[in-house]
Amino acid sequence: MISEPFSSGSTLFHCSDARVKVIGGTVLSLVLATTTSFAVAMIGFLFTSLLLLISRPSPGLILKRIATVNIFTLFLLFSLPLTYGGADIVQLQYFQISLDGMRIACLIAIKTNGILFCFLALLATSSTVSLGHALERLRLPRKLVFLLLFSYRQLFVIHQEYLRLHRAAQLRAFTPSNSLHTYRTYSHLFGMTLVKSWNRAERVHQAMILRGFDGRLIPLKQPQLRKSDYLLLASLLLISLILAGFSLNNPV
Amino acid sequence: MNYETPPLLRLCNISYSHPGTSASLLQDINFSINREHVGLIGPNGCGKTTLFQLIMGLLKPDSGTILLEGNAVTKSRDIKKLRRKLGFLFQHSDDQLFSPTVLEDVAFGPLNLGLSPDDARDVSVQTLEQLGLKDFEGRITHNLSGGEKKLVALATILAMKPQLLLLDEPSNNLDPATRERLIEILRGLDLAHIIISHDLDFLAATCTTLYTVQDGSLQRCEQKQVHSHEHIHPYGDYPHQHGT
Repeated sequence: MISEPFSSGSTLFHCSDARVKVIGGTVLSLVLATTTSFAVAMIGFLFTSLLLLISRPSPGLILKRIATVNIFTLFLLFSLPLTYGGADIVQLQYFQISLDGMRIACLIAIKTNGILFCFLALLATSSTVSLGHALERLRLPRKLVFLLLFSYRQLFVIHQEYLRLHRAAQLRAFTPSNSLHTYRTYSHLFGMTLVKSWNRAERVHQAMILRGFDGRLIPLKQPQLRKSDYLLLASLLLISLILAGFSLNNPV
Repeated sequence: MNYETPPLLRLCNISYSHPGTSASLLQDINFSINREHVGLIGPNGCGKTTLFQLIMGLLKPDSGTILLEGNAVTKSRDIKKLRRKLGFLFQHSDDQLFSPTVLEDVAFGPLNLGLSPDDARDVSVQTLEQLGLKDFEGRITHNLSGGEKKLVALATILAMKPQLLLLDEPSNNLDPATRERLIEILRGLDLAHIIISHDLDFLAATCTTLYTVQDGSLQRCEQKQVHSHEHIHPYGDYPHQHGT
């Protein structure tokens, strides 16, 4: 099973309906993604940091996630000031540092982290299965939801098949090297994984239709919206609206 | 066999060959079952599992008819009806369990049959209890042992209240205790079943009639014969019991 380390807990977000979190999270992250204002991005970032604090994730895991995403922003922070150009340029020994580039890179970093925090606080606090069902109840095409739920489930199965084959190869003294034999072995491993997963998927599909499956996954839990859910949705939408308003009035 | 009412399931002249091969795997199979406990034996690759797949409508026979309660199963609506009445336990439980938790997996069938989530939950919990799997609801299916997986897979089928069970090598890879438990469960169920197995003791304990698939045809085995044979196992010099 792919682990979902943030999905268990008892905070406000863990107890809220996944539909509310999907809508709120999408709107808020859209506002953050489209803003060009430094101030709005910063306020949004602070707000989503607050959301993340409320969801009380384990610090070690959260730092790891943040680090992964920020490898990308670090790359931009280094490259954009050197390559962006523009009018404001500071000469630093051999390098020409573009202040506009610096500004853009910082804006991207703040926005990226803001959106990341928003998703970690709102979406990661639901299991993939309940997110899938929430999307279905939000009228997303059933086939897409089914694809999401089953890819999530089967990815793990495919990985297990691959590991089993890989172990079998290792047990027969296979050590990867830069040789044709290695490439051929890996291509066989991938090919066999594909074939085995296909067969497996076919058998699982048979098991499903034998038990009356007709394309619709019916969730066992049918969550009802509570007052607190409406309140959370209203506040998330209100904050997004205010941020969007500011963003339109202060484009820089 | 004569019945006043048509038998639950009847196969008439069913023939099947794998696509791309000319030789028939199954040839003119005639068979009917109502409330019997039937065992099916035969060498690997002789078509036992294929016969189950034909019955369940997963494969289409080259010729012949399948009748459910006297009505020919031809349209997809008939196949759906047949699948409600017949439960097929796969050889590999891993193929049958695909939901994250045991409860969700057992409730999958009842939900598809149109039960409300509350009713589906009740039926599932009840079925699990019936199989001695109380408190298994929240367990992750992937983390179950082989024996537990087999019993949960059986629960997923029983939760749909079938009238006939098709069990494909159910005692494979089970430890003696779980095997005994499965025998007890099958004997306790008031259901017809067909069991494919190579385990003759298991069949003797759970079935009243034996069939074998030989050269593509289904043949009824003779009644039990008293016989003796030599065998060896640890502690054999102590008085001990064999099978049932």
